[in-house]
Amino acid sequence: MAEIKFEEALKKLEKIVEELEQGDLSLDEALKKYQEGIELSRACTARLENAKKKIDVLARNKKGDFELKPLDEDADA
Amino acid sequence: MNDERHIFSVTEITQGIKLLVSRQYGSVWVEGEVSNFRPSSSGHWYFSLKDESSVLSGVIFSRAARDVPFKLEDGLKVVCFGSIDVYPPRGSYQLIIERIEPKGVGALQLALEQLKVKLEKEGLFAPEHKREIPYLPGRIGVVTSATGAAIKDILKVLDRRFRDVHIILAPVKVQGDGAKEEISNAIRQLNEYSDACPRDDRIEVLIVGRGGGSIEDLWAFNEETVARAIYASKIPVISAVGHERDVTVSDLVADRRAATPSVAAEIVIPRKEDLRDQVRDLTARMSNSFEGLRADAAQRRADALSRLKTAMDHIWQLNLQSCESVSQKLLRANPALVIPEYIGKMREYARQIAVRMEHCIALKESRFGGVVEKMASLNPLNILSRGYSVTYLLPQEKIMKSSIGAKPGESIRTRLSNGGLISTVTEVYGDGGDQV
Repeated sequence: MAEIKFEEALKKLEKIVEELEQGDLSLDEALKKYQEGIELSRACTARLENAKKKIDVLARNKKGDFELKPLDEDADA
Repeated sequence: MNDERHIFSVTEITQGIKLLVSRQYGSVWVEGEVSNFRPSSSGHWYFSLKDESSVLSGVIFSRAARDVPFKLEDGLKVVCFGSIDVYPPRGSYQLIIERIEPKGVGALQLALEQLKVKLEKEGLFAPEHKREIPYLPGRIGVVTSATGAAIKDILKVLDRRFRDVHIILAPVKVQGDGAKEEISNAIRQLNEYSDACPRDDRIEVLIVGRGGGSIEDLWAFNEETVARAIYASKIPVISAVGHERDVTVSDLVADRRAATPSVAAEIVIPRKEDLRDQVRDLTARMSNSFEGLRADAAQRRADALSRLKTAMDHIWQLNLQSCESVSQKLLRANPALVIPEYIGKMREYARQIAVRMEHCIALKESRFGGVVEKMASLNPLNILSRGYSVTYLLPQEKIMKSSIGAKPGESIRTRLSNGGLISTVTEVYGDGGDQV
């Protein structure tokens, strides 16, 4: 759960809310969804606060394949 | 006199004119309207310049034509710089044009307008080609200079907002020679790279742009090749060029236009607070729904319980009733209860018997009455009433049916209808009243 992308977690959470709001789940299923939703909600919040930005530069290596290299943000300063 | 006259050859006169013309019109600005434009296969452009009353032939040789950014077309008002040249073999003259500019607007501006019209016709700006910009893209491709203001602005937005994105920069020259090629290539390469990535790692949106600058600085984003690369991109493109008032061709082709790179970043990178609100809202909605479901389930349970109870009561009642009815039947089957009934019946039978007996007796009586009457009519005493009488011989009291046996002096009793007589026989006679 820790590695889930925010967006993915949010989408899952939205889906769970939708399912729960439709109200045709059994109580057992609903409880399972609810617990999952709570975890997703926590994951989202954690992700929101702790996300790290990641910036790469698209380049080609000697073989001509694409590769990503980290951008040195202060290179031009 | 005749000998004094100077006779020119055609060449002499033509050369003279050529000299005069080139001295006088060796470098001139001419304004006119383009007509009869005919580009040749060799790259030279032939056309005429005209005004209300005159026509001047003109040519732009291919070397000069290459530098003309806009498309020449009939009706275009232009200002040309060049020289009038006389062409002796034909005895004609034409304007050899070194530079040509549209009248009133700049050449670049005109070129831009022309490109816009062309791309518009081809449908590159059509709204139905605009794709939706994904919400919360995980990977964002950026086509701009690695050292320009644009990428810095985008990263600043990232710092301010939600950082959970992966920026992939394709560094390019954004102005000067080769800029348009680099930009177009970078767009294609990011697409290519994304296509090779697993589905979840694909680049979801491109930001193509640069910081503000003069119209010339932004020119690469007005180039057809860039426009076509944006149009061909599978990844949705946000164009973010310069300042708000400069609408470039890239802006028109892109799926979304942002006035600046910062704005572009803000479109795809949401604010943390908004996301936080969203998560909170979703969580609250989830809890509410779940609570609702739980309350619902509890209600259903209560309902079921009450229905169960009702049903049980009903069954109980039913059983009780049938039990009662059986015991009632049993009670009814009690012989003690039957006896009075039989007694009653017996009484009834007895009564009926009595009635019938009475009836029978009455019947018999009435029949008997008839007989009695009949008998009465046969009663000798009754006969007496009709005047007959019975005579007994005394003392034996023997009914006398004949006078035989009676002797005078004997006592007889005569029974009359009413009363009787005791008499003494005085005479005896025979039958029929005849005296014996």
